[in-house]
Amino acid sequence: MSVGSPLPHDAAKLHVTGQARYIDDIPLPAGALHLAFGLSTVAHGEITSMDLSAVRKAPGVVRVYTAEDFHGHVPDCSPSLGDEPLLTPGEVQFLGQPVFLVVATSHLAARKAAKLGKITYKELPALLDYDSAMEADSRFEDGPRIYGCGDAARAIAEAPHRIEGTIEIGGQEHFYLEGQAAACVPQEGGDMLVHSSTQHPSEIQHKVAHALHIPMHAVRVETRRMGGGFGGKESQGNWLAIACAIAARDTGKPCKMRYDRDDDMIITGKRHDFRISYTCGFDDEGRILGIDFLQITRGGWSMDLTLPVADRAMLHADNAYFLPNARIESHRLKMNTQSNTAYRGFGGPQGVLGIERVVDHIAHTLGKDPVEVRKLNYYDEMVTPTAGEGLPEDHVLSLEGEPTSEGSIEHLDAHPRHAGGQVTPRGKLTPYGQEVEDFILHGMTEELLKTSDYAARKKAIAKWNAENPIIKKGLGVSPVKFGISFTLTHLNQAGALVHIYNDGSIHLNHGGTEMGQGLFQKVAQVAATEFGVSIDKVKITATDTAKVPNTSATAASSGSDLNGMAVKNACDRIRTRLEVFILERFGESDVTWAGGRVHFGVHEMDFAELISLAYMNRVSLSATGFYKTPKIEWDRIAGKGRPFFYFAHGIAVTEVALDTFTGENRILRADILHDAGASLNPALDKGQIEGGYVQGAGWLTTEELVWDTKGMLKTHAPSTYKIPACSDAPDVFNVTLWEGRNREETIYRSKAVGEPPFMLGISAFLALSDACAACGPNYPALNAPATPEECLAAIERARG
Amino acid sequence: MEITFRLNGELITASDAPTRTLLEYLRETRDLTGTKEGCNEGDCGACTVMVEDESGKKPLNACILFLPQLHGKSVTTVEGLSKGDTLHPAQQAMIEEHGSQCGFCTPGIVMSLATAHARGETYHEDVLAGNLCRCTGYAPILRAAKKLETAPIPEELEHIPFPAPAIVERPESSDELAGLYALRPDAVLIAGATDVGLWVTKQMRDLGEVIFLNGVEDLKGVTETADAFEIGAMTPIADLIALFKPHSASLSEMYRRFASTQVRAAATLGGNIANGSPIGDSPPPLIAAGATLTLRKGEDLRTIPLEDFFIAYGKQDRGASEFVENVTVPKSGLQDLKVYKLSKRFDQDISAVCGAFNITVTDEKIAAARIAFGGMAGTPARAKTVEAALIGQPWSMATIDAALPAFATDYTPMSDMRASAAYRLTTAQNMLKRYFAETQGLTTSVLSVKEGA
Repeated sequence: MSVGSPLPHDAAKLHVTGQARYIDDIPLPAGALHLAFGLSTVAHGEITSMDLSAVRKAPGVVRVYTAEDFHGHVPDCSPSLGDEPLLTPGEVQFLGQPVFLVVATSHLAARKAAKLGKITYKELPALLDYDSAMEADSRFEDGPRIYGCGDAARAIAEAPHRIEGTIEIGGQEHFYLEGQAAACVPQEGGDMLVHSSTQHPSEIQHKVAHALHIPMHAVRVETRRMGGGFGGKESQGNWLAIACAIAARDTGKPCKMRYDRDDDMIITGKRHDFRISYTCGFDDEGRILGIDFLQITRGGWSMDLTLPVADRAMLHADNAYFLPNARIESHRLKMNTQSNTAYRGFGGPQGVLGIERVVDHIAHTLGKDPVEVRKLNYYDEMVTPTAGEGLPEDHVLSLEGEPTSEGSIEHLDAHPRHAGGQVTPRGKLTPYGQEVEDFILHGMTEELLKTSDYAARKKAIAKWNAENPIIKKGLGVSPVKFGISFTLTHLNQAGALVHIYNDGSIHLNHGGTEMGQGLFQKVAQVAATEFGVSIDKVKITATDTAKVPNTSATAASSGSDLNGMAVKNACDRIRTRLEVFILERFGESDVTWAGGRVHFGVHEMDFAELISLAYMNRVSLSATGFYKTPKIEWDRIAGKGRPFFYFAHGIAVTEVALDTFTGENRILRADILHDAGASLNPALDKGQIEGGYVQGAGWLTTEELVWDTKGMLKTHAPSTYKIPACSDAPDVFNVTLWEGRNREETIYRSKAVGEPPFMLGISAFLALSDACAACGPNYPALNAPATPEECLAAIERARG
Repeated sequence: MEITFRLNGELITASDAPTRTLLEYLRETRDLTGTKEGCNEGDCGACTVMVEDESGKKPLNACILFLPQLHGKSVTTVEGLSKGDTLHPAQQAMIEEHGSQCGFCTPGIVMSLATAHARGETYHEDVLAGNLCRCTGYAPILRAAKKLETAPIPEELEHIPFPAPAIVERPESSDELAGLYALRPDAVLIAGATDVGLWVTKQMRDLGEVIFLNGVEDLKGVTETADAFEIGAMTPIADLIALFKPHSASLSEMYRRFASTQVRAAATLGGNIANGSPIGDSPPPLIAAGATLTLRKGEDLRTIPLEDFFIAYGKQDRGASEFVENVTVPKSGLQDLKVYKLSKRFDQDISAVCGAFNITVTDEKIAAARIAFGGMAGTPARAKTVEAALIGQPWSMATIDAALPAFATDYTPMSDMRASAAYRLTTAQNMLKRYFAETQGLTTSVLSVKEGA
């Protein structure tokens, strides 16, 4: 059985030998040209003069474009509003905005020439911080969105205890190792072939067609893989593909563009930074009675995906906690900085960090263990037929041993996942009106506290802190409950194309893109399982808009849920045809597909033999597949409905050490228990969890974006922007998959795993807060990122 | 300029511009696209290749490595690592341990692992400090590195010396260099190119005349006398870790955290001093240790205290055609020396503050104090007021506290993306407290603690 096996990444051997091709590695026909943007040097202003003579005269320059070359129809690069002109027609809205485009004979020649533009500006006041943008009422919607339930103001007023506070949450650069890149090869009749490092080939196709004024059928987009995406290639690749397509059309030559790392960081959007303020009323035990959140976020100069990002932050303002009375007010500000965009978690992490801060603050106020306050506020545990029995002994899936997933979706044998009789039911209704039917964090929390030796370590750390005046330790626990589905309901669909050639080899294609997450392999495992053949019989092919049309971005953790099901649907259709053929020819209706052989009645034959026979008998061996997620409906203005098909869960315990002289800190140990449902591939899922945790911890610790007072991003290269390095991974790092099947009918009862583990990095942040709190009586109110400097400031606040 | 080197076993002669990078050459001229460009500034390691000469194998960043630096050497790229279908054990281990996800950093990781494997290095976090991975969280890569430890070293990867004709712009002795530099006073001297490389790849500068120093053998290496180390300017930073380990553990530790394995293999002590950066990590500790600098112009040598070399931001005491020949570090200056490198990230990060303290306590009294900082002023600079506040006083917390205000007299640091002025000043003061706490036997470094208690 292929599904459930810890197979390596489909391209692992290509990766390690350097054969895996990325956009810049694809050989292009002779005469290929290279592009670079000339960028604005002010954050807000009118262009008063532009002298590009030196650019045009520079060695190797073939052509230079400005907005004027488009005669009032500058191609739009935005995914939503139509507010991102390829080259600004006059008003510059952020420092780094493309102003002109150079086409040259080499990448270096284009970059060199792009530095030679002489542009003057009439500078205008730039909105660079939340306060000035709020004051100017500069936003992307008519006013704030407000979601909620109950009567928060009254509940807070009547509560025995009340806290208020604010947390600053910094943004995050994606730092995909492969920068943005695209290449266009002009075809006959004005058609265009586009190679793009994108999570969203269909959107590239749509935008390129629009820019060239040709139908989508004339544009074909191919994406074999990305060197990392993380959301940063959901919409940001439009610019390069459009620029290349226009230059390729005009010159008749293949055109390629890749951003130099500094350009990439200066031009493209990042994770949204947030300021979250809260007022919370709670009882003597720490139960939240009423809560009021004010979420303010920087959309940047254009809208991009800011609205759904901010929506998701609101939808995760509860995280794992039942909020009987909640009010969440969200402001999406338009400002003169990079246009913030999708990033793993898509606003969810910021929303989750908001409530985790509140719970931490409550615990500190009451002098309680934060874990106890968390458990007290959890949603009710999923009710199962065997609820109340406690935990079975064998419920943790071993990553080292044999896979244990059965891979059948015919029956749901829900596992008992109830913490026993200790938990008083509180509720299951989210502030947006969806019932949390599959909550399993009570059981997961008990399990992780046990396996991580939480209680003993907490004592040991208290002792350490009493004995050590300079180095303090801290322990942090954070759960995640993450909603799975695109909140824009129509995106929850996928298509697939499966061919079986007459030698029995299988060609697999679907709308999902591979950015390292292992989607291709997981989906191939589905196809292999459906036909009972080994994985090497399945050829995974590049995502291609000519094979599967109208696809959604590979985003929202949905890749394997949607495409796995679409592929299964295609396989089912071929298998059904083959089973009908077997019935007609052999009179047998009981067919099994396993071990590369097909069994029916007393017969059995090689899969390839059956295929050959079916071909000779004119059975169609190709099918498309389709899937749409059931059960979901969502009104984003009212903030009510069922936006999510199901929830994925996880929990982490992190221990840190903190230097109270400098704020330097390290993660000493992290223990994670994560819910991937019945894992399609436990090795790849573990990779997502480890990688997500470290990326999440990086967001909240060393990854600091700094702009100067003129709006120049000062951290625009790895020399100044510090993602975790090898030694920043936890010294001790224990990751375990929770064994459990999705109660919803997902592909083989698995769960999405791309984004949820990212939020487990919050436990590292909470551990640092705990270590700061060990320095004094006050709540340290740590802000993110908790750089050494911010930690030192929080220590001072704790000391008072 | 004709450059001769061996590339994946094949002898190559290239006549490219002297500032063409190996990365560009590999990808654009040789169609060897396995070596990736991630940052083009030597910070991410996606372009790591193995370079070997008589001194052994090194991992280097191809993106800031100019072709003339390879003259007479052997280069192995990821394409040359496996032999047909037989993978190198580093490649095999990476597959088995699921060490690649998006795969873009992977060739560089594999090259770092393979080079370390050949060298018998097993401190994997150091080996990989210069290889950023955004996908895996490093855990499976570390498991692969661990697995690799016990694998045999493939025999194929051996450098076979070959004749490489002399090149004018690449002198082979300090005498030749002195003569050439006298004739070409405007030439840019290129040692490891870990800084100059960025002038080309990021600032797009045309360097004009260049002189490559990596053939100047007599400037490489250390001469140890009874009371000092005389360190040739071309000595790689990598060599200083072991050199200083027995004499000043914290200086050795600073060099362990200096940039990354790839950068330390290329960068030289002379370059780290001569470029005059206010945030270079070598000057503060060496100034505190009382090091001197020997400069040469033509036949003339002069020796000055290292601190006097740094006149103002961007201005050093170095005349036309004059170059750094060596640095002399007195052993006596290392005995009480402690160096504290403070950065946002522990590895591969430029210091926000680098503090060096050389305080001698005799009979509970401070007999001598030399304190120097990087990141606190336009140049690396002594904290002379602080020193004065300490000398002659009893070695006590009261003395330390009394000396703290003097930091604001010595330094007016600036705010930038690495740290605010206030943070720099506070932490500089706290480093003095840390020095004291260390002498009291307290635990003062998060790098020395483990989980639990």
